[in-house]
Amino acid sequence: MAAVLESLLREEVSVAAAVRWIARSAQSSEDDPGEAAALRSLRPLRKEFVPFLLNFLREQSSRVLPQGPPTPAKAPGSSAALPGRPGGPSRGGRGARSQLFPPAEPSSAAAAEAPPARRGGRRRGPGPGRERGGRGPGGLEEGVGGESPPWAAGRRRRSSGSPGSPGRARSDPPNLSNLEEFPPVGSLPPGPAGTKPSRRINPTPVSEERSLSKPKTCFTSPPISCVPSSQPSVPDTSPWGHGLPPGCRSLQEEREMLRKERSKHLQQSPTPACPTSESGSPLPSRTGNLTAEAADPARVSSRQRLELIALIYSSCIAENLVPNLFLELFFILQLLTARRMVAAKDSDLEPTPGAPDSLESPLFQSVHDCVFFAVQVLEHQFDKGTLKLLAENERLLCFSPALQGRLKAAYEGSVAKVSLAMPPSAQAVSFQPETDNRANFSSDRAFHTFKKQRDVFFEVLREWEDRHEEPGWDFEKGLGSRIRAMMGQLSAACSHSHFVRLFQKQLLQMCQSPGGTGGTVLGEAPDVLNMLGADKLGRLRRLQERLVAPQSSGGPCPPPTFPGCQGFFRDFILSASSFQFNQHLMDSLSLKIRELNSLALPQPEPSDEDGESDVDWQGERRQFAVVLLSLRLLAKFLGFVAFLPYRGPEPPPTRELQDSILALRSQVPPALDVRALLQQGLRARRAVLTVPWLVEFLSLADHIVPLLDYYRSIFVVLLHLHRSLVLSKESEGEMCFLNKLLLLAVLGWLFQIPTVPEDLFFLEEGQLDAFEVDTVPSEHGLDGMPVVDQHLLYTCCPYIGELRKLLASWVSGSSGRSGGFVRKITPTTTTTGLGAQPPHTTQGLQAQLAQAFFHNQPPSLRRTVEFVAERIGSNCVKHIKATLVADLVHQAESLLREQLVMQGQDGGDPAQLLEILCSQLCPHGAQALTRGREFCQKKSPGAVRALLPEETPAAVLSSAENIAVGLATEKACAWLSANITALIRREVKAAVSRTLRAQGPEPAARGERRGCSRACEHHAPLPSHLISEIKDVLSLAVGPRDPEEGISLDHLEQLLGQLGQTLQCRQFLCPPAEQHLAKCSVDLASLLVADQIPVLGPPAPRGLERGQARRLLHLLLSLWKDGFQVPVPLQLLLSPRNVGLLADTRPREWDLLLFLLRELVEKGLMGRPEIEACLGSLRDAQWPKDFSEELATLFNLFLAEPPMPEPQLRACELVQTNRGTVLAQS
Amino acid sequence: MILTKAQYDEIAQCLVSVPPTRQSLRKLKQTFPSQSQATLLSIFSQEYQKHIKRTHAKHHTSEAIETYYQRYLNGVGRNGSAPVLLELANEVDYAPSLMARIILERFLQDHEETPPSKSVINSMLRDPSQIPDGVLANQVYQCIVNDCCYGPLVDCIKHAIGHEHEVLLRDLLLEKNLSFLDEDQLRAKGYDKTPDFILQVPVVMLCSLAVEGHIIHWIESKASFGDECSHHAYLHDQFWSYWNRFGPGLVIYWYGFIQELDCNRERGILLKACFPTDIVTLCHSIA
Repeated sequence: MAAVLESLLREEVSVAAAVRWIARSAQSSEDDPGEAAALRSLRPLRKEFVPFLLNFLREQSSRVLPQGPPTPAKAPGSSAALPGRPGGPSRGGRGARSQLFPPAEPSSAAAAEAPPARRGGRRRGPGPGRERGGRGPGGLEEGVGGESPPWAAGRRRRSSGSPGSPGRARSDPPNLSNLEEFPPVGSLPPGPAGTKPSRRINPTPVSEERSLSKPKTCFTSPPISCVPSSQPSVPDTSPWGHGLPPGCRSLQEEREMLRKERSKHLQQSPTPACPTSESGSPLPSRTGNLTAEAADPARVSSRQRLELIALIYSSCIAENLVPNLFLELFFILQLLTARRMVAAKDSDLEPTPGAPDSLESPLFQSVHDCVFFAVQVLEHQFDKGTLKLLAENERLLCFSPALQGRLKAAYEGSVAKVSLAMPPSAQAVSFQPETDNRANFSSDRAFHTFKKQRDVFFEVLREWEDRHEEPGWDFEKGLGSRIRAMMGQLSAACSHSHFVRLFQKQLLQMCQSPGGTGGTVLGEAPDVLNMLGADKLGRLRRLQERLVAPQSSGGPCPPPTFPGCQGFFRDFILSASSFQFNQHLMDSLSLKIRELNSLALPQPEPSDEDGESDVDWQGERRQFAVVLLSLRLLAKFLGFVAFLPYRGPEPPPTRELQDSILALRSQVPPALDVRALLQQGLRARRAVLTVPWLVEFLSLADHIVPLLDYYRSIFVVLLHLHRSLVLSKESEGEMCFLNKLLLLAVLGWLFQIPTVPEDLFFLEEGQLDAFEVDTVPSEHGLDGMPVVDQHLLYTCCPYIGELRKLLASWVSGSSGRSGGFVRKITPTTTTTGLGAQPPHTTQGLQAQLAQAFFHNQPPSLRRTVEFVAERIGSNCVKHIKATLVADLVHQAESLLREQLVMQGQDGGDPAQLLEILCSQLCPHGAQALTRGREFCQKKSPGAVRALLPEETPAAVLSSAENIAVGLATEKACAWLSANITALIRREVKAAVSRTLRAQGPEPAARGERRGCSRACEHHAPLPSHLISEIKDVLSLAVGPRDPEEGISLDHLEQLLGQLGQTLQCRQFLCPPAEQHLAKCSVDLASLLVADQIPVLGPPAPRGLERGQARRLLHLLLSLWKDGFQVPVPLQLLLSPRNVGLLADTRPREWDLLLFLLRELVEKGLMGRPEIEACLGSLRDAQWPKDFSEELATLFNLFLAEPPMPEPQLRACELVQTNRGTVLAQS
Repeated sequence: MILTKAQYDEIAQCLVSVPPTRQSLRKLKQTFPSQSQATLLSIFSQEYQKHIKRTHAKHHTSEAIETYYQRYLNGVGRNGSAPVLLELANEVDYAPSLMARIILERFLQDHEETPPSKSVINSMLRDPSQIPDGVLANQVYQCIVNDCCYGPLVDCIKHAIGHEHEVLLRDLLLEKNLSFLDEDQLRAKGYDKTPDFILQVPVVMLCSLAVEGHIIHWIESKASFGDECSHHAYLHDQFWSYWNRFGPGLVIYWYGFIQELDCNRERGILLKACFPTDIVTLCHSIA
């Protein structure tokens, strides 16, 4: 591999040719025959070149980029052998730690041919090696399944103490299990720019196991447990720094040859020329306590070599030959912002007069070299125009989102609506009767169980919100048992689906809100901006802390995580550990993903002038963002649940085991047919929507998934897509720039996920070629529209922010300029192919005509019509329910009442009744269709008219109206014809049970109730107050009471007056209160009759005078007659207990009772027979003898007394005369 | 009548072991003349209920019941018209109505073949005339009318107060032109949890001293004082359930509440002691 680089350095091959050679399998006509020959012979090595180059650069930079405080005792006195220094101390895996990719092992055939090829002397036609890349197990085996430590951040710091020539000062093989040396992500020791992204892959000895695509715990994987406990440390003298298995002959040979070559070609000494320093080229001032070495263009060594390598490197980036664009950018920026070399011991650095430009000497010998290289790379992007956009954009990424976000926020703030200004911390999923009421559950029990579950779910959620940040709080310990108890109650399948719906809605609601995803860009951007503009030490320190503190995004290539609220839902799923729940959840997530993925998203209106469409376009872009973010969230959780049973920290240890697992797993159908969705998405040019969520889904796959044929084919498609997204190409019909960038970012991220085999990226070209066919679709889809903006890009890929952080740490204090400029994005779409979009409903010619009609109209028209049709159709059903069905229900009720009258109160078997009613009423349902049609006809046109712009031509308007009517009718009638009978049945059933229930208790209370008069101002005393007052009177009367306690007569009269008012007003009166008032009034009357009420008055409380008592009784009688609307329990007046009150009075007074009884009869409040019956039963009670006698006399008197015109006076006289001794007490 | 925790504690301190009679209430009013009577009564009632809940069990052991019953029998044997039962209740620090229930149950056990059902007992307590023994009927009646914390009359008063405040609130909503769904309508639609009112269009309630307001989707009326115990029970059984379904809302404790309990505002449960005056409604017309 090095041969290629060597030949480039010797200028045997032009960079352009080399890149063509790398990128394409086919030979280009532009190639110089000589070059082509030279390169063709290297063919088998082609796919290994990029990994080699990247590893080479990492390795080189690792030697010169130590930063931050030296980590002590890392590799004291370690001195890596300079490339090619025979006898140098064994470097073991050390160098490999900085490698991004494993050195690919040529297959035996290729290896055999390789050595001669290196000399460039032998032409090699397309041979067997060319075809070797065919799909199949063999393809996979090409790569080396290396192991790599999780995070290489500490690496550069480690090479402390050997300034200047770190490259030659190492020998100890690193201890990869040493956490200090290889800290996991997030535990970085302090030091800016300490996070160097590199997927360091260590070579693994070639063996039978090699093809297994071993687990790679690349730097993206967080858990310490994933760090391989041992690292194969093979003694290695490779000049390239990667340990090679001893048996690897071809590369060893290659090295030998190189050495010889080197001795032949002596390098010229570096020619110092002033590098065209970019604005970003650092002439760094101090930041904080870290002094950066000033980079001096004049001190760049081996300039020519650097230029060449920069050229080829940037070409690889431009052609998407690197797996992760942003990782490379990050790397370049790291070089650019390198603060200081490790104090380089010049003495240590062996002078390399012999071959200064050969690969033997360290590439980066100083900060100057690093900066030069970085600027070169960046510059090439400018020069070629390839990455001009990127560079612009990169500045934009680095600086302006903050500003932009701020301006945007300020702008929005000025027009903000109330509801948007203060979103609650977390909203709950609202209760919707249509889906959540009793009718949606199989039984009362299920309904009530779910009711409780909803509350438990939110209780758990609230507790999590409150406590999950407390140290020592554990989800499982805190909530696990409660969650499982709750899940345990979800017995019925229907309850599960209800719960899952709640869960999913809540997930979307919480995790989409700005705070939900955790560490969003807008949230922190203003902060960074503040820091950038100021040089206050405190701020800088904060910035530094921010930079070295564990980042939420975890470096430029973080592993998949569940930030913020997502953590709750993940932990909930884990704690619930319910098979049913997971299955229902997967079903539901899949459905929602399909639904959102196929959602018709807006297309820009080409005809609209800028000003107008901007408004719409903003909204549409926002809609796209919402859909995209929802999809990503749903897909992530689908991936999480779907692969949950298979997830484990380690892949299977042996090939046999893996094969058997593969055999098993290949039978399992995927939870969601993502391949089909991906293909559809690509075909419809909606990759910008489909790919990001697919990446989320795949990022949670287990180790086996990428090996399954099904998923492997997906990865291949994604790889091809990645390769095709060349940023510099921006022609008509190409994907928009930011769309591409988003896809590149997410795909690049995916390729770095630990579970994705690292060799996957460098597949054989045979597979790549096939792709071109798939991506030629001509019609325009979302991909060609500027749907992605900076904010969305950052939200989806927070790790891009690492670039900004890196720069921010550098530029702080010096960057007054806002930097960058916003790329103006203009819609490129002009036409939309009609034929390409198959009509959703194939309802024949009319439907096709409708489609054609919409084709030439603005998309908003179509949306409006569809919207109106959808709503009117739905309203139509509700209308039918409220009119036709309601009428039928009324009929049912009256029929039922007739039935009940005929059959007596029982009415017979309810089920039978229902059948009879339904058979009579259901045929009327046929009217529903006619009425529904009328409704749609009537309502739709108006709605369409109201929603379309006024200048819509009349013909277009009427067509739109007609289509809306048609669609609405279609929708409504389809539903009605299928469901009307069931609907009527259900409603009638509910009415029947309602009527039957109403038949039961309290028929009296159902009588017609009078309200208060219109003029009433509701100032009457409150019923509760009256009951309370009367209760006090009763308690005073019944005693015990203090000697001075009593009631004034005025108060009593006032009380009865108030009672009258309250009974008049009724505003606040409820039946129970009225019933109690009625009963209390009867009790009061009894106490009056028995003269038991202590009236206040001089000199002491005493009984009432008879006249006063009668007046009060009169008041009560009239209230009973006219005031109360509930039955008054007057018979209680003659209950043994109340009559017995008289027994205690001495002397006894019977005339008030007799008076009362006569009045009751007189006023028609009680019938004579009723009173007689009461009196009769009174005689049965046990009384003192004299009392019984008097009672009997009263009875006789009452019986003897026929109703008279003026009963009161005469009765009293009668009583008094007849029973003078006993009764005449007045 | 929003009280601080300290103010509340001071009142509660005075209520320890006070019998629920009208005399006690009178005294309480004299002690705290500045507080509203309704608030005092509500606090008294709730404190007493807490007390009864704590001591309930010890009055229901069979030994205790037997002792009470014998003391009752002896008492009425000496003088049937003396307030035997009421004095017994006060003496053993138990609610008179509940004591009446104990004795009535025990009495019926002696006089009926089958143990009395709950509904029979309740019916007799509502209307003591149904009690077969005249003396017991009077004793029971005396207990009920003299008990200001328990018993059918008190229950009815509480119910009435609740109802009245709901009506009051409804009127206020109508007056403010806020359209709403009430409990009955919600139940008819099949809602599983029903606050008193759900606003069909949410409003914002502004709080004094606070710049921002609170969105209100529902309103619950509580005609009682909001103390810790009842508020937490309500939160668990009602308010959070409403929030879980309808979003943030307002609770009106008409008789006041402990200030410190109003701590879930940001979470979406706002407490008030009256209907708020500062309401911002959604404007339909944007000029």
